[in-house]
Amino acid sequence: MLSIIRTMWSVFLHTFHRRVTIQYPEQKAYLAPRYRGRIILSRDPDGGERCVACHLCAIACPVDCIALQATEDENERRYPEFFRINFSRCIFCGYCEDACPTYAIQLTPDFEMSEYNRQNLVYEKEDLLIDGPGKYPGYNYWRVSGVSIGGKGKGEAENELPPVELRRLTP
Amino acid sequence: MTSPYPFASIFGILIVALSLSAALIWVERRLLALWQDRYGPNRAGPFGLLQVLADMIKIFAKEDWIPPFADKAVFVIAPAIIMVTVLLSFAVLPIAPGIIVADLNIGLLFFLGMSSLGVYSIVLAGWSSGNKYSLLGGLRAAAQMMSYEVFMGMSLMGVVLLAGSFNLTTIVEAQSKLWFVIPQFLGFILFLIAGVAEARRLPFDLPEAEAELVAGFHSEYSGMKFGMFFVGEYLGITLISAMIAVLFFGGWMGPWLPPIVWFFIKVFAFLCFFILLRASLPRLRFDQLMSLGWKVMFPLALANLVVTGAIVTVFK
Repeated sequence: MLSIIRTMWSVFLHTFHRRVTIQYPEQKAYLAPRYRGRIILSRDPDGGERCVACHLCAIACPVDCIALQATEDENERRYPEFFRINFSRCIFCGYCEDACPTYAIQLTPDFEMSEYNRQNLVYEKEDLLIDGPGKYPGYNYWRVSGVSIGGKGKGEAENELPPVELRRLTP
Repeated sequence: MTSPYPFASIFGILIVALSLSAALIWVERRLLALWQDRYGPNRAGPFGLLQVLADMIKIFAKEDWIPPFADKAVFVIAPAIIMVTVLLSFAVLPIAPGIIVADLNIGLLFFLGMSSLGVYSIVLAGWSSGNKYSLLGGLRAAAQMMSYEVFMGMSLMGVVLLAGSFNLTTIVEAQSKLWFVIPQFLGFILFLIAGVAEARRLPFDLPEAEAELVAGFHSEYSGMKFGMFFVGEYLGITLISAMIAVLFFGGWMGPWLPPIVWFFIKVFAFLCFFILLRASLPRLRFDQLMSLGWKVMFPLALANLVVTGAIVTVFK
């Protein structure tokens, strides 16, 4: 009997407690700096697409929400012909970001992407591409990789030695 | 002796009771939220007051479905019974001097009778739904009402002995010097507990017990039929709060403010108390409920009646 009254009193004291609700649209919740929200495709500092269409993100994706097709431009640079993320399937696990060898695919702290039409949740490459380099400002995959493309031969990348001539013994 | 303006009283009480019980939905949600450190409905209109309107529009627009396995006639009439009986009880309620629909000289008995009839609504609803959970809810309601009705009436007999009348107006007037809550404190506690059980509120909401019986007797109800059970429940709470105010807290009696304001302040305080009960206490197990009723409350009510009777006899 006494415990009942004590319970009721302590519940009543909650009248004077601060409310924990965050009034969402007016009041934003704190998001961690590495919050995983909407997925974007970044560009390298020169403005070219970072994505090399290696399909690793699509393979890593546990819900198979990424679809892309690889192609090459005139400089033999690989890039995705189309890149499609179905956000009605995406679970924002961030595995694609982990799998990406070129820092192209990144997750941002934006989560306000509700739609009235389910079809609008399928984002094409134009919707995903942003203008900047995202989280890795200085990084340019094609400048540091040993792959030769038009305008950059073997041994011309940053920190790369000229290739060794294998057929000759002289240094 | 009835009110000088019978129709004004009838419609006034009807409108006030119904709108109060509708507003109670909002009050309850806001208060529960307050005690759980939330906000509750605060978007629709000022302080979320239009939530009541939105809820009503929603409940009117819902499909009113009668399950094919239900006993149709009884199924339809059950929600009406609870509304009728509870609203009829409001007729004998003295709100302020002159504001009463029917000043019966057996007003208290009428109230007890009507609140007993209310259980038919639940039993019939549970029976006619043709659903085992509803039936269990209905049976529980029947058993609960039987056991709590008995000492509810007994606990009020002390008040009747002190006031010397079953007439509610006379009972209120008899409290002009001392509210009956002081000489009849045990009776007040007993009536409070019985009233919670009578209104089927937590911690005594065994008939609907959503954790075990889906929604008990109103599992199969939808649309406005469900709404009538809901309004009936809130009207029941209002009625019990009003009866507590009338029988133990001097009804409209109070200094400075006009009588009707005092009455509503008292009723509102008990409504908040009912909601606080819901916010803080867990539901009883059914056997605990029954043994509490028969083994504790009933003997206490009897003892209270005997002692009060002895004292009244000695001092008269």
